[in-house]
Amino acid sequence: MADLALKQTPTEAMIGSLALPVGGWSDTARKDALARLQGMGLPQRRDEYWKYTRPDTLIQPEPVSAALRGSDDVALFDQIDRIKIVFVDGVYDADASDDLAQEGITIDRLADMPTDLHWARDLYGTLEKNGQTPVARPLAALNTAFAPDGMLIRVTGKPSKPVNFIYRRRTEIADAMLHHCIKLDAGAEMTLLENGPVAARFNGVLEVEVGDQAAFHHVRAQGRDHEQRAATHIFTRLGTESAFKSFTLTANGMMTRNECVIELTGDDAAAHVAGACVGDGADFHHDDTVFVTHDAVNCESRQVFKKVLRNGATGVFQGKILVKEGAQKTDGYQISQSLLLDGDSQFLAKPELEIYADDVACSHGSTSGAIDEDALFYLQSRGVPAAKATDLLTLAFLAEAVAEVEDETLRDEMTGRLTSWLERHAG
Amino acid sequence: MLSIKGLKVKLEDEDKQILKGVDLEVEAGKVHAIMGPNGSGKSTLSYVLSGKDGYEVTGGSASLEGIDLLDMEPEERAAAGLFLAFQYPVEIPGVGNMTFLRTAVNAQRKARGEEEMSAAEFLKVVRARAKELKIDAAMLKRPVNVGFSGGEKKRNEILQMAMLEPKMCILDETDSGLDVDAMKLVADGVNALRSEGRGFLVITHYQRLLDHIQPDVVHIMADGRIIKTGGPELAIEVENNGYAGILAEVA
Ligand SMILES: Nc1ncnc2c1ncn2[C@@H]1O[C@H](COP(=O)(O)OP(=O)(O)OP(=O)(O)O)[C@@H](O)[C@H]1O
Ligand SMILES: [Mg+2]
Repeated sequence: MADLALKQTPTEAMIGSLALPVGGWSDTARKDALARLQGMGLPQRRDEYWKYTRPDTLIQPEPVSAALRGSDDVALFDQIDRIKIVFVDGVYDADASDDLAQEGITIDRLADMPTDLHWARDLYGTLEKNGQTPVARPLAALNTAFAPDGMLIRVTGKPSKPVNFIYRRRTEIADAMLHHCIKLDAGAEMTLLENGPVAARFNGVLEVEVGDQAAFHHVRAQGRDHEQRAATHIFTRLGTESAFKSFTLTANGMMTRNECVIELTGDDAAAHVAGACVGDGADFHHDDTVFVTHDAVNCESRQVFKKVLRNGATGVFQGKILVKEGAQKTDGYQISQSLLLDGDSQFLAKPELEIYADDVACSHGSTSGAIDEDALFYLQSRGVPAAKATDLLTLAFLAEAVAEVEDETLRDEMTGRLTSWLERHAG
Repeated sequence: MLSIKGLKVKLEDEDKQILKGVDLEVEAGKVHAIMGPNGSGKSTLSYVLSGKDGYEVTGGSASLEGIDLLDMEPEERAAAGLFLAFQYPVEIPGVGNMTFLRTAVNAQRKARGEEEMSAAEFLKVVRARAKELKIDAAMLKRPVNVGFSGGEKKRNEILQMAMLEPKMCILDETDSGLDVDAMKLVADGVNALRSEGRGFLVITHYQRLLDHIQPDVVHIMADGRIIKTGGPELAIEVENNGYAGILAEVA
């Protein structure tokens, strides 16, 4: 028996531990994804794309455990009139959620496999599959194959309220896999909010098709449970004159890998992706991996990532801008910065540009720095205690990333969450 | 008010003695001026009094109203009533001037066990004080000192002083970089704060500021020591003849 287990590859072991949902329109996409996964294999430590982040705990077939924090999490987005969709341990909870029937937007549950959702059949796994080249993203293929639940959202108009995925945990040991698909028709607009810890270990995929002149706004606050692990992927494709704007706040979490794969396929489109992260402790590891492909004329992309790391925390940024032949007048911007509050913390960055068009403006920068001692003394000399002054300077550092959130109320919510984190993690 | 006795200071990571025994006594209600050649230790004195890192006190003492300053954190010295208007005010990107001022005022109040100022009250007071210093609303909203002109930075220092109402104000070359009108504004700001309970130590190279802020006592600092003390006429002598005569006299 033991011998048999040893001969299995991690990929086989993982696949063996999961059940493939069958009997609906997603069957083909799932089987395709499974074949893709078997072809690529799960990420290994030696993989170049996983050079800075150890995939071990994300690929082990045994579930991991993460202590529940209880209910002391400050409620987020409470002041906002929104459509609440609640997941408990990665399973949709209809009783805790709002009515899914809303104007300008249709919302269905993936697990229900609604029969006539042709758009969903066309989208499910499609952007994920596109995103597998030139770099393999096996955990996303795993998700497409096995995700039992998630939401399918079609936006036809401009719904007045944002949709809020609220994640709650009840079980210490739980894996969760969710696959959401969102399709915005031409001229449609929506805001997606996400908050809360999903599970001890979470594998999430979000596919977003942004139609011509459509706009997608996304604000996500990854849950605070310290021991949680998450590998998330956002895949998006943008049509002509469309906009995609995504911001993620991460506080805590032992292992987080957030990948965002953006394809600008229509002219004059804009994609902005940003993240603010605060990490405390040697077991904190946070990885932002972004891949932006410019495949149309006069598009703009912007990546703004800021990380505050202390007590031995690790931050990773891998960001690439690929400008394809013919993608003239591309405006690509990328900045990744870390504020290291002590000598034990580290930031590993790999910014990349690959450009095959001649009329483009692309810039990227990456920095690591400590608190500005002169600024700290200046604040102290005005009576601001050192700890408070450090917090002020830390928030100031993160402000550039938070500023990417366009809506003022949402921006203030993010700043508030960061402030309360700093207050709780004083010293 | 401020009492400095035999203060000796060297650089922390270098074997360089900067202050070589400074004696200075600023009484409440008085304005003292310090003049002295470049590099004589004037800014160092002001930094050491306010608690900046990088210096090591090797002898002597400094106290404010009898309380030992040198043992305290910079923020505790501020709460105790010490204020330094910096020769080179620091830019702090990302921190709004208004947030900065309010945080500072309330932190000091809290440290002294006083009630914090409400947002409304604070706004009223800061607007009034800013207006007197010709600091417009836009400057209050901008990040602290970022993109401020030299003169704007100095006026911003005086605004902070006006808001914090310290007992002992040290002004390090607040006049440098100011045009004639701004100099008058700053001097008016200082004069408005002059009171029986408050002491001033004004570091300057030029007599002109002292025309506006009449000092009671003038000290000359050279090579880490106060080498001569006199009345306002001493500043005029420096203005007219430079330091050569004074240095020769004490040598
Ligand atoms: N942190 C430091 N590192 C190295 N040298 C220093 C430091 N601080 C002060 N010094 C030196 O100490 C001496 C006194 O400097 P200080 O700035 O106190 O002079 P000052 O009297 O204020 O001069 P100025 O009139 O030019 O402002 C100078 O020689 C200066 O170079
Ligand atoms: Mg000086």
